[in-house]
Amino acid sequence: MSAPTTTSDDARVPTIARVTADFPGPRLKQIWETEPGVRGWFSTVDHKEIGLRYIVTAFVFLLLGGVEALVMRVQLAQPGMTLLTPEQYDQLFTMHGVSMIFLYASPILSGFSNYLWPLLLGSRDMAFPRLNALSYWVYIAAGVFIYAGFVVGEGPNAGWFNYVPYAAKQFNPGVNIDVYMLGLILLGISTTVGAANFVVTFLRLRAPGMSINRVPILIWGTLTASVANLLAVPAVSLACFLLWMDRQFGTHFFDASQGQPLLWQHLFWMFGHPWVYAIVLPAMGMVSDGLPTFCRRPLVGYTPVALSTVGTMALGFGVWVHHMFATGLPSLALSFFSGASIIITLPSAVAVFAWTATIWGGKPVFKTAFLFFASMIILFVIGGVSGFMTGSVPVDWQLTDTYFVVAHIHYVLIGINLFPVVGAIYYWFPKFTGRLLSERLGVWNFWTMFVGFNLGFFPMHLLGLMGMPRRVYTYASGMGWTTTNLIVSIGSFLFALGILLLLINIAISLKRGKLAGENPWDAPTLEWSVPSPPPPYNFAVIPTIESRHPLWEDQLNETSARSSLAEGLLLDEGRQTIATSALDGEPTLILNMPGDTLAPFILALGMSLLFASALFQAWWFVAAGAIIIAGALMAWFWPHQAHRAPDGAEPADG
Amino acid sequence: MDAAPGASSFSPAWPLGYLTTFGPRADPATTLTWGLMDISVAVIVIITALVVIGMLVKRVRAPAGEPPPVSRGGAGLNWIYIGVALTVLVLLGSMIWTVAVLAQINSPSGKPAFTIEITGHQWWWEARYLSPRPDQDFTTANELHIPVGQPVLIKVMSADVIHSFWIPALTGKTDTIPGRVNLGWLQASRPGVYRGQCTEYCGEEHAKMALFAIAQTPADFETWREGQVAGAVAPTKPEAIMGAALFSDHCGACHEVRGTSAGGLAGPDLTHVASRRTIASGILPNTTAALGGWISDPQTIKPGARMPATNLSGPQLNAVVAYLGTLK
Repeated sequence: MSAPTTTSDDARVPTIARVTADFPGPRLKQIWETEPGVRGWFSTVDHKEIGLRYIVTAFVFLLLGGVEALVMRVQLAQPGMTLLTPEQYDQLFTMHGVSMIFLYASPILSGFSNYLWPLLLGSRDMAFPRLNALSYWVYIAAGVFIYAGFVVGEGPNAGWFNYVPYAAKQFNPGVNIDVYMLGLILLGISTTVGAANFVVTFLRLRAPGMSINRVPILIWGTLTASVANLLAVPAVSLACFLLWMDRQFGTHFFDASQGQPLLWQHLFWMFGHPWVYAIVLPAMGMVSDGLPTFCRRPLVGYTPVALSTVGTMALGFGVWVHHMFATGLPSLALSFFSGASIIITLPSAVAVFAWTATIWGGKPVFKTAFLFFASMIILFVIGGVSGFMTGSVPVDWQLTDTYFVVAHIHYVLIGINLFPVVGAIYYWFPKFTGRLLSERLGVWNFWTMFVGFNLGFFPMHLLGLMGMPRRVYTYASGMGWTTTNLIVSIGSFLFALGILLLLINIAISLKRGKLAGENPWDAPTLEWSVPSPPPPYNFAVIPTIESRHPLWEDQLNETSARSSLAEGLLLDEGRQTIATSALDGEPTLILNMPGDTLAPFILALGMSLLFASALFQAWWFVAAGAIIIAGALMAWFWPHQAHRAPDGAEPADG
Repeated sequence: MDAAPGASSFSPAWPLGYLTTFGPRADPATTLTWGLMDISVAVIVIITALVVIGMLVKRVRAPAGEPPPVSRGGAGLNWIYIGVALTVLVLLGSMIWTVAVLAQINSPSGKPAFTIEITGHQWWWEARYLSPRPDQDFTTANELHIPVGQPVLIKVMSADVIHSFWIPALTGKTDTIPGRVNLGWLQASRPGVYRGQCTEYCGEEHAKMALFAIAQTPADFETWREGQVAGAVAPTKPEAIMGAALFSDHCGACHEVRGTSAGGLAGPDLTHVASRRTIASGILPNTTAALGGWISDPQTIKPGARMPATNLSGPQLNAVVAYLGTLK
């Protein structure tokens, strides 16, 4: 292995060490471990801790959104039910969408990626550990902020898409929409700093030798989603800010007399459609990485699948108008966006055929995780073809805003996000906790969810074709929808039972699950080379990578090169990891990583105070929030001379 | 009360379904919908079969806990090449078909007979029929009549928030956007009653914002039109005369009955309300009982509706209902 070069004049050759039972583990543990107690809990920057918090928090929002859905399904089980008032129903369906799309679907993937990225890449942390902590604290603050409005009966009530002018002050005078707008801006800060962190981590924190054609597909998925978020989130943050200005100060960005209501839809969907891909591509990556493990062979078509991930996202920025086919835009424009919306099927087809070929070319082992990953292919295809149908303008003019689209979005979000996520829980739970989930309960869990989901959501296609509109709090008998709605409601409760089985399995297995060991599935990627759960420093020495499947090299025996996992860079003078070149993964710098700090937590508190005060126009408290933010930032950026190594190693910022 | 004169009692099996349609604006899209749906079902069946058969055929039952060894087992890239090539062909065909249908239904083949301005309100529909002679213009609500076989131009607008105009048997959706006028057209190929519904979420009573298009023979339509152009006929029975006065006092600020002092514009025009099939935007049949119930307590039937409960005694209520019954 060539010695890493540094940009400094007084370059040094870092120590290369071999791992033994008591070296260098204990020393690194001392350096990397978060101090116990309350202070440590609030100040940790360990990506694994943050990742798990993301996963647990997102799952709580999934459960809240799920309960909201069940209440709505009771209301809709029969025509003319009066369980909910129209206003209650409107807040419920809005909060259901907000919870699932903003507070569950994206953060759960951030959680997995936060936990897994450094382990997959052979690094000891993310590029900016403190930003990582900030991203989590701001996320939970935004979630609590929006839910606080809902709990006091002032939750968002204009749909998660929040069309003006219904969401304007004139038609919606309460504080509901302001809660939503400010909450989304806050959440956008979290998403943005998280995305920047992933992009830089991808570019610089891969292990030596891990060129970009050797990273797992999950990395491609999250990277692509992160780049998309950096480009897309500003559109919605801007839209929210402008609407808040309209509502608070009487500006006229969106009103019909001096502004343009359609501007909202353009800004919202310029964000909204790329976002849909951002919340499925990392989950598709989980399938691309998990499925081959159980098929006992590498993924078929790594390069086409990686390229199609990026291609989906690129096309994903050119399809937002398909949410607006009925708004009266000119036919030429509609034809363009219709074409783009149909063509975007292609990169998805690449993935589907790659997965199918992987099954046919492999020797599938039916573990629960495999069942979730494999069934996702089928659900993906169902959600894909219904999207293909709505991409055709004349067809969409009938389908749009009916239950057909409700079916479509749930096949996409549950089929391509939740099924892979539950599969990923079965797959990586042993890494997170050291214990396997019960396979017996797992099989029950899978079939209950799979049958419940299809029973609950497939008939929605039929309801849509029979003309049932979306977002109705009730419907009349005599429309031909009664029986189907009852079936849908029963299916949704069965599906919820499946989620309950998952929770039971987790609760039991946390204490009594079989011990997993390092690599229970005989999987190929780096996270399986470290103990379960991984130590605070991840890797005792930084591994050096020679192929896409470092742990399968002996079995595949395709070249004579072998990745070096037990011998590598020691980097034990403080929290250190290695930075490598962007494409080839050549080592270039030793990074000194920041220690635990309360600054991100206090910064998030300051932001929360600022936003909450802005809601009530309490400007003095807004100022107080700004002062806390400034103080936290000063503490954050305060130069730490002591951390600057004397030998020219570059301090990493975080 | 009477159904619209001469209208056939035909209605689609699913009132809001669109897998069978009844007009040249909807029909080509319906054929396209079936076509794309057939393709979609075929794709689902093929891929599901491939995945399930692959899983079952290739499954190995490893001895307890020992995963079978890894091997590359054939490149398998041909799956991607062939699959994507077939997908490209299907997608290109679908795109061409889509654009062809779009061009076909964009505008009517013949000259439109007349224009209807349709305005969405929270939560009802206003329809203003325009005629070359301004004195022949008239306004009605929640019920469109059109002559069979003739294209009719529609201008779709909003009085408040965004709604979406949709009569699935005749046409797909057109959003009503404040500050804009969207154009469309309607044509029915057979007489019948076709249900419509607002499909853009517009507030509490979005669910209860239906309307009907009633397609009639040109002769029946002309009879209906002439009836609508005329003002209200003054009531003759004492109870109805009393009702007319009460209506003016209690209802006239929001509702218009042409030819009387009731001239409000906030709610639906009721000049010929007795000739309509339904009330309250398609949610109640137009019967004496339903009308009485609606007037006395609209907030139970349609919570949040803009119409307040009316403070009328029993006999007064009966008088107003009797008066409205004369407005044919």
